[in-house]
Amino acid sequence: MKHVKMESYFSRLESFIDSLEDKKGSLITVLHKAQDIFGYLPEEVQSFVAKKLGIPRSKVYGVVTFYSFFTMTPKGKYPISVCLGTACYVRGAAKLLDEFKRKLEIDIGQTTKDGLFSLDGLRCVGACSLAPVVIIKDKVYGKVTVDMVEKIISEYKALGVV
Amino acid sequence: MSYQRYCLVCNSSKCGHYSKAIADNIKHYLRENNIKDIKVVMTECFGLCKQGPIVKIMPDNIVYSGVKPMDTKEIVEKHLINGEVVSRLVHENKKSKQLKIVLRNCGFIDPENIDDYIEKDGYFALAKALKMSRMDVINEIKLSGLRGRGGGGFPTGLKWEYAYKQNSDQKYVVCNADEGDPGAFMDRSVLEGDPHSVIEGMLICGYAIGSNKGLVYTRAEYPLAVKRLSKAIKDAREYGFLGNNIMGSGFNFDIEIKYGAGAFVCGEETALIRSMEGERGEPTSKPPYPAESGYWDKPTNVNNVETFANVPVIINKGANWFNKIGTEKSKGTKVFALAGKINNVGLIEVPMGITLREIIFDIGGGIKDGKRFKAVQTGGPSGGCLTEKDLDTPIDYDTLLAKGSMMGSGGMIVMDEDDCMVAVAKFYLEFTVDESCGKCTPCRVGNKRLYELLEKVTSGKATFSDLDKIKNLSNVIKDTALCGLGQTAPNPVLSTITNFWDEYVAHVNEKSCPSGQCKELIRYIIDHNKCVGCTACVRVCPVYAISGKVREPHTIDQDKCIKCGACYNTCKFDAIYKK
Amino acid sequence: MKKINSYDELIKHKKEIEKNKRSELNKIIIKISLATCGIAAGGSHIKDYIIKRLEEENIKEYIIKDVGCMGYCYLEPTIEITLPGYQPVVYGNVDEHKIDEIIEKYLINHEIVDGIIPINYETI
Repeated sequence: MKHVKMESYFSRLESFIDSLEDKKGSLITVLHKAQDIFGYLPEEVQSFVAKKLGIPRSKVYGVVTFYSFFTMTPKGKYPISVCLGTACYVRGAAKLLDEFKRKLEIDIGQTTKDGLFSLDGLRCVGACSLAPVVIIKDKVYGKVTVDMVEKIISEYKALGVV
Repeated sequence: MSYQRYCLVCNSSKCGHYSKAIADNIKHYLRENNIKDIKVVMTECFGLCKQGPIVKIMPDNIVYSGVKPMDTKEIVEKHLINGEVVSRLVHENKKSKQLKIVLRNCGFIDPENIDDYIEKDGYFALAKALKMSRMDVINEIKLSGLRGRGGGGFPTGLKWEYAYKQNSDQKYVVCNADEGDPGAFMDRSVLEGDPHSVIEGMLICGYAIGSNKGLVYTRAEYPLAVKRLSKAIKDAREYGFLGNNIMGSGFNFDIEIKYGAGAFVCGEETALIRSMEGERGEPTSKPPYPAESGYWDKPTNVNNVETFANVPVIINKGANWFNKIGTEKSKGTKVFALAGKINNVGLIEVPMGITLREIIFDIGGGIKDGKRFKAVQTGGPSGGCLTEKDLDTPIDYDTLLAKGSMMGSGGMIVMDEDDCMVAVAKFYLEFTVDESCGKCTPCRVGNKRLYELLEKVTSGKATFSDLDKIKNLSNVIKDTALCGLGQTAPNPVLSTITNFWDEYVAHVNEKSCPSGQCKELIRYIIDHNKCVGCTACVRVCPVYAISGKVREPHTIDQDKCIKCGACYNTCKFDAIYKK
Repeated sequence: MKKINSYDELIKHKKEIEKNKRSELNKIIIKISLATCGIAAGGSHIKDYIIKRLEEENIKEYIIKDVGCMGYCYLEPTIEITLPGYQPVVYGNVDEHKIDEIIEKYLINHEIVDGIIPINYETI
């Protein structure tokens, strides 16, 4: 089943690349699409992109690792991003991040064993009046305090993996 | 019941201390005089906090400042009953501190409706420019004194002229919307609130320098801005403002959106161009400047969102109107994202030359929770801190540079007495270390070493000679790094070490953090005279570091304590203090 | 949409827009600040709630406009209301309760309520 799913992902990516009028300079655009489809950019996807665009794998890897938006590890079902912009920082974002790390027992860039949560720092979403801000999936939590962390996590735990 | 008049009482920040008393008194005197058709309404901030408390009578449009509760009788009896203005309280200077040029349409028009923009004279500047000669357009921008709003402050007209003079079959206009400065959201707000103003600015630039292709380089993290900009581009094409033979002039121009992928260095124009070509966003040394050899080695003019948004106004109203606003060398206005420990977090636009005091204590409503102002950081990770002594300096590009900071893109973060300036410097440096592209050694290695030295300071392990090392290394990095990111990375360090030398010394000499922010240097201690032994702290301590019998004073085991502060926040008897 | 081929056509088009807008003068215009921060603060929900309440009150002559950032980040969600023949009034920190109060007192009875944001800027 999983294999079939992967194949359909690859064919979607392939038709996207084929639809590009000008492949020159399109690497970042293609990687955005690939991450959109696969959720992350594992080695096999990078090789595929390199082959389709006719560029060395090392170049693809170089670009993937350069930009913070691209990730080589799968994200959790509920990716948690703690804003580490300056406004959030001076209003206590670092303490929040520590609390998430402690409660989830993972570090930045990691995913929990059950695949539910991944943790990331984020550079300013521009909702500075709500600082400190935490984003889980697409939902924005504003004026988050350390006490709220536990509750927020359990809210999502209750939703489960499916 | 319909009201003839309203008595507006400011209920925000500073005025808020008196507002209830003022409102209650006015209501009392209204009742006493049996007046029923005047209503007292509480309002948000007037942006005149220094002159507060503020009372405004509508529709008379009279503003009273510095109103005390005891003045209310006079206001009611003299003004509201006899219609005679209480002249001693009138706030004469009705001029607002803010002037919206770039934000002229933000929050007023529907950004997804091109007709809303046209109704506000949208695309009239384009029409006007197309009837002018290309060099006349450039001269107008030069005469206006407009300087790049992305941070550097390079004169926009000169930049355009340079690109205009290049001979090439293809030239590009690039809009830098890669707003990477943490704590800044000016460009996003303009793109989300008034995307057509940016498109029109790019069109005028394209006409002037002789380019038919524009690119907007923006952050993938700004989905709404991208959505609204895409809609605006589509509508502009349908109206024929983008495409071929625009408004019958023979000028062709179109715009494409390019996405970044989260790299701060891509705000630097050469790195941005590499990134648009699908490469790692590593900067290249200048010269050659993008105006000679940029995107795909063709002449490329890069300006930021706010710069472009100014252009239509300059063409419409004329350079001589624009250059009357601001200071001698910095014309026009600047948009700032005002954030941090300030009451009125917001997006503001002020004429160049306004003082920090006016921004922070009038528009910003002062410091949150009545704390003391300590510093304001401008220019983000490339900028520096300004302190109390700089509050009355008129701000423009040059004065900020002279003070060891910079205009930057417009992030303005206010800090109060609780913020440790060493930790703030470390925060910014951590950001640049993280964002360094790794191409040149001073930035890749130098900033990392600088960060480690700061880490020594905040953990109480530094010596005096480390402070000297910090200064020396900072200066070496400034002098030798390849691009703007590296060269400016030590600015937050240098500026805090100059302005807050005592704080650095306290970390080194006394191994203490005066603001109690540096975790390694704080100890939480229970005051045995105040502790009642309620055990609340024992229950919240995640590492079981607190011990003691019920109703007897407790103690924290310093070896086990992880300094999370949970006990400190829980104690109801103020028995736990930081040292 | 028709292409605008000259300066004169642009002027003509603007006049048409202004003519059409004249019919809006007898309607209640409600602008809702819906930039990223406004949405994060709950602006979209407020918009839905306003529409629901207007329907309940049987108010039909209204226009709701999504606009960008009004600059009052600390007072999001923010809305601006223009009643026919009145100056625009801006309210900040609106929630369902505030909307109820605004509709009942201001929209129906034209009575200004607490919490307005005074205009603190000049524009061109």
